Amino acid sequence: MFSYCADPKTLEGLAWLSCYLTNGVHMKFYWSFVTVLVLLAITAPVALSFGFAGAMASRSHFPPLAWLGRIYTAMVRGVPDIAFFLFFVIALDQGLEWLRHHAMCPDWKEPIRQGANFLVCPEAKLPQSSAPQIWHEIYNASLAIFTFAIVFGAFAANVIYGAMNAVPKEQLETAHAYGMSNRQTFWRILVPQMWIYALPGLSNLWMILIKATPLLFLLGVQDIVYWARELGGSKTSVFAYPHPDWRLYYFLFLLVFYLAFTRVSEIALTRLTRKLSRGQATMAGEAQRKAAA
Amino acid sequence: MNKLILSTAVLAMTAGAALAQDVVRMGTEGAYPPYNFINDAGKPDGFEIELGNELCKRAELTCEWVTNDWDSIIPNLTSGNYDTIMAGMSITDERDEVIDFTQNYYPPTASAYAALDEGADLMGGVVAAQVNTIQSAYVAESGATLLEFATGDETVAAVMSGEADAVFADLDFLAPRVEENAELMWAGEQVPLGGGIGMGVRESDTELKAKFDAAITAMKEDGTLNAMLKKWFGDDTQTYE
Repeated sequence: MFSYCADPKTLEGLAWLSCYLTNGVHMKFYWSFVTVLVLLAITAPVALSFGFAGAMASRSHFPPLAWLGRIYTAMVRGVPDIAFFLFFVIALDQGLEWLRHHAMCPDWKEPIRQGANFLVCPEAKLPQSSAPQIWHEIYNASLAIFTFAIVFGAFAANVIYGAMNAVPKEQLETAHAYGMSNRQTFWRILVPQMWIYALPGLSNLWMILIKATPLLFLLGVQDIVYWARELGGSKTSVFAYPHPDWRLYYFLFLLVFYLAFTRVSEIALTRLTRKLSRGQATMAGEAQRKAAA
Repeated sequence: MNKLILSTAVLAMTAGAALAQDVVRMGTEGAYPPYNFINDAGKPDGFEIELGNELCKRAELTCEWVTNDWDSIIPNLTSGNYDTIMAGMSITDERDEVIDFTQNYYPPTASAYAALDEGADLMGGVVAAQVNTIQSAYVAESGATLLEFATGDETVAAVMSGEADAVFADLDFLAPRVEENAELMWAGEQVPLGGGIGMGVRESDTELKAKFDAAITAMKEDGTLNAMLKKWFGDDTQTYE
């Protein structure tokens, strides 16, 4: 990074620290923060849409669809996150490869399961073993995002389902009295009003989602926890920057990062609540109206 | 959105397959210096990386390094996430039942105890070892209380913090730590363990195994392997005749 970093062995104090904190591995550490933020930015809307779909299905008048929605929320909510993560990522990966195997290699004679091995034909492997490492990482990250979305979608579905039921019945009855169809009532009356009831639950979920990101580490994604452990471990003179066990400081840094991140989220969510309360038939909306008058 | 990303990725990966063939994905732990580690530039480095690259060159293969946690390194080989393991893995009968090994590229050497005090209780105290290693199996049998950790570094940290009385690991893994850490010292006798370190491959990959075996034999014969061993483990390390 800096020109004076060429020979780290001769450096001391701040100069050493500045070189140490800007070497290649630390750059990877800093990038992993971006990775986590990007994963969150993708996961949150996907999970929300899963939740919305789940809630809509649960409210459906067509029984099989309603069962599907309810089974989804009940099942995922009842299984510990970690167990679900460890199981689902492997199951999804093997399931996709199994499907591709049967579609692409019908002539393959060998069994797929041979003892501990799960062997599909080379064309069916995901990603292809000849693919560059970046695709392997993207594939792993996609599996992780998908799994996160399913887990948090189930919780979101429950929250949104409750919020939809919380919208005063009179609102819907009035809409019907004006001649709106079921669909119009749902999209024009119910959905715009239900967000304010869903927000406390959803903001809670968002906080839990932020705090769940270290689960990525379990899935083999090189996230901030992975790098903190890797960089904090004691380093012998094989490394250019030897140091004793510094994991405490690295994990302290993660702690500060997560605290700051959740605090910023809290502030943003408080503002959003105030905005959504405007004009609503809730206590907060009522208070706003009185303050203005 | 998610499905879109996934299917785009799947498409791109399928398309890329036709372009590059014969990439051998080399699995390593990346946390066991000086055998294998992530260097300051963020790249895999160490004895096994240098050796692996040389073997690939001789066998005319294109190789790419992948890191994986030690604990799941064998399951991920058998499920095909990578094609070889070079991670300081000793050849044992137990592992040989699940995967295959090439001939060893690192001769059988001793394992050793390190502690804060020469008189540490090695047979009745608490001894730290990395999970799923020949050392952890040995400690479990020795009568000492076994304390297992995911990485080698954590086993040493446990001794430094007083959580364990001693750590039991490969001699060459502990040597630089004992040398550079004034508080840490050798304890007890060295214990010869394992059949040397070899490269792990799937049992079905006989052709790949033969290629690497031939390359290892060639490197043993022309002395380049011995030179590499001395470079990474010092002049006193065991070499091939």
